Amino acid sequence: MSGHTATAGASPKPWGLLAEFESVEALLGALERVRNAGFQKFDAFAPFPIHGLDESMGIRMSRLPWLVAGGGATGAAAGLLLQWWTNAFDYPLIISSKPLFGLPAAIPITFELTVLFSAIGAFIGMLAANRLPQLYHPVFPSQRFRQRATTDSFYIAIETGDPKYHPHETRAFLEGLGARHVEELED
Amino acid sequence: MSTAPLRIDNTIEDPRTRAPLVLGDNTFATVTDKVCSIVERPKPPLAWYIAFGISCALTAVLVAMLGYLFLAGIGVWGVMVPVAWGFAIVNFVFWVGIGHAGTLISAILFLFRQKWRTGINRFAEAMTIFAVICAGLFPAIHTGRPWFDYWLFPYPNQMYVWPNFRSPLVWDVFAVSTYFTVSLLFWFTGMVPDLATLRDRATTRGRRIVYGILSLGWRGSARHWHRYERVYLLLAALATPLVLSVHSVVSFDFAVSQLPGWHSTIFPPYFVAGAIFSGFAMVLTLLIPVRKFFGLEELITTRHLDNMAKITLATGLMVAYSYFVEFFMAWYSGNPFERFALANRALGPYAWAFWIMFTCNVVVPQAFWFKKARTTPWLLLIVAVLVNVGMWFERFVIVVSTLSRDFLPSSWGYYKPTWVDLWTFAGSFGLFMTLFLLFLRFGPMIAVAEVKSVMPAAGLDRGPHRGHGQYWGEIPHQHDRQTEDAEP
Repeated sequence: MSGHTATAGASPKPWGLLAEFESVEALLGALERVRNAGFQKFDAFAPFPIHGLDESMGIRMSRLPWLVAGGGATGAAAGLLLQWWTNAFDYPLIISSKPLFGLPAAIPITFELTVLFSAIGAFIGMLAANRLPQLYHPVFPSQRFRQRATTDSFYIAIETGDPKYHPHETRAFLEGLGARHVEELED
Repeated sequence: MSTAPLRIDNTIEDPRTRAPLVLGDNTFATVTDKVCSIVERPKPPLAWYIAFGISCALTAVLVAMLGYLFLAGIGVWGVMVPVAWGFAIVNFVFWVGIGHAGTLISAILFLFRQKWRTGINRFAEAMTIFAVICAGLFPAIHTGRPWFDYWLFPYPNQMYVWPNFRSPLVWDVFAVSTYFTVSLLFWFTGMVPDLATLRDRATTRGRRIVYGILSLGWRGSARHWHRYERVYLLLAALATPLVLSVHSVVSFDFAVSQLPGWHSTIFPPYFVAGAIFSGFAMVLTLLIPVRKFFGLEELITTRHLDNMAKITLATGLMVAYSYFVEFFMAWYSGNPFERFALANRALGPYAWAFWIMFTCNVVVPQAFWFKKARTTPWLLLIVAVLVNVGMWFERFVIVVSTLSRDFLPSSWGYYKPTWVDLWTFAGSFGLFMTLFLLFLRFGPMIAVAEVKSVMPAAGLDRGPHRGHGQYWGEIPHQHDRQTEDAEP
């Protein structure tokens, strides 16, 4: 992708600045200040989920649970409808003189389908909301990021698209936050 | 640093502090390295090849037995009238039960915020997936004409009939296939960040491509982690009732029938407790050698083993209670057939199986009342293997003793498995171990990202956060640390 945007002779378009931090504390402290400084298009990267990170960044609570609830409701409806339609309506078969459709006997499959649809909804919903799979991202070419982002280092990226972004001032700002290393990334 | 002696005894219960779950001088980097380097070795150790060779040979036996079964028919098995459910159903219940511990560890302990689960959950989830694969095999082949197994699914067909949804056997199809799918999603979701670690550490092009695709381009973005954690919690919340439902549905196969010894309301909780009991025994059976062999004692600590032994003991007591209640209810019901079925179980022709079951499941686990037995790996291993044996016999006793002597003495019989039955069962272990060894070779067997999040440096002691509360007490070896709350 980086190759596409670069025309012959012209330097590639910058994507943003990536600052590396040593510890969870350094990251959280810096993030709070990035947010307070009024940046909007920024992100943090960590090798494991950090509790309190979403608050420091001002991430709103995900709405994915609603999607999962919707999946569950769909599953429950599908389960009930399937059993009623097949056994009581489309081809009614009397077996051991049991009722053609009885709710207690329909519960196990209804329950299983509720769980199945919810779980698939949760999984696909998470991937879709996160725009994954996305095999390329501007942070990946960074040598330092590749070596340590999923191991033991913490990062903040501020994108050039941010209204407050300034190539030099933002870099100085990030360095002032205690970043171990700041580099510019290309789109 | 891996040779550093384990000085801290983290099995001591001190309510003022949380016990450390990662021992030794480990940092985020060394934890990553310990787990990933197992997968990254150019060649696995010799013992892996030996184990893999044996497993593959047994899998080949399984394939041969299945081929013979398909060509010759069900007659090659020991099943007959009245015991039409032989090894196939015994093995099905055995394997599906084993899977339950994986889901318990990954989902139920997650909801209960048992942080020690992070060291063992990946491993146990893998065990679940492979056990359910083995479990799914048996009902599929016991149908006699397995090439028509797809008739069990409701699809519009030229015969115009649908599956009978009032039958517990169809419930089973839905329960087990849902269980497999959800377990797989849960396992894979949990593994994505670790696959990304393997991708970033990859030294060869092939690994980079394979792990790159599998990790879906995961980059550890905080916005991703936020949704990821929500979904992980939701999957855990979904898997928890699911795991209880699956073995309940399996028990309905028995309980919904009219046979004495099967037709009992205690079956669902009894089966679920037994499933978790056997599953924990299997986790211990696999974990203790792997932990030793790959030198993972600092991540899978004695405390992990201790806790697992305690759960095994607790679920073992539930199983023992169920045995006694079955006998009590048979007597108390006053039903002569019920009374006979249970007396026949303990004293009849299958008494030998009953007493193996009773010894292994009720007597042997009592060793776990002693801390020495819970913290000495080889003792744990012996108890765990015996519990596995006992739990297999439990299913054998339930299936065979009830069927072999029903209401009508003229139709009684004595079921004996044939060599095909025995080798098919042995072969299923081959399949299980083959899959498991492949996982140990190519997958991250410990949830690295999750283990890091319970290490002191992850700063869980920072105080309550939205939706998380304060769950990490004071850590003894922590220095005083500035909290981020001090920031303006």
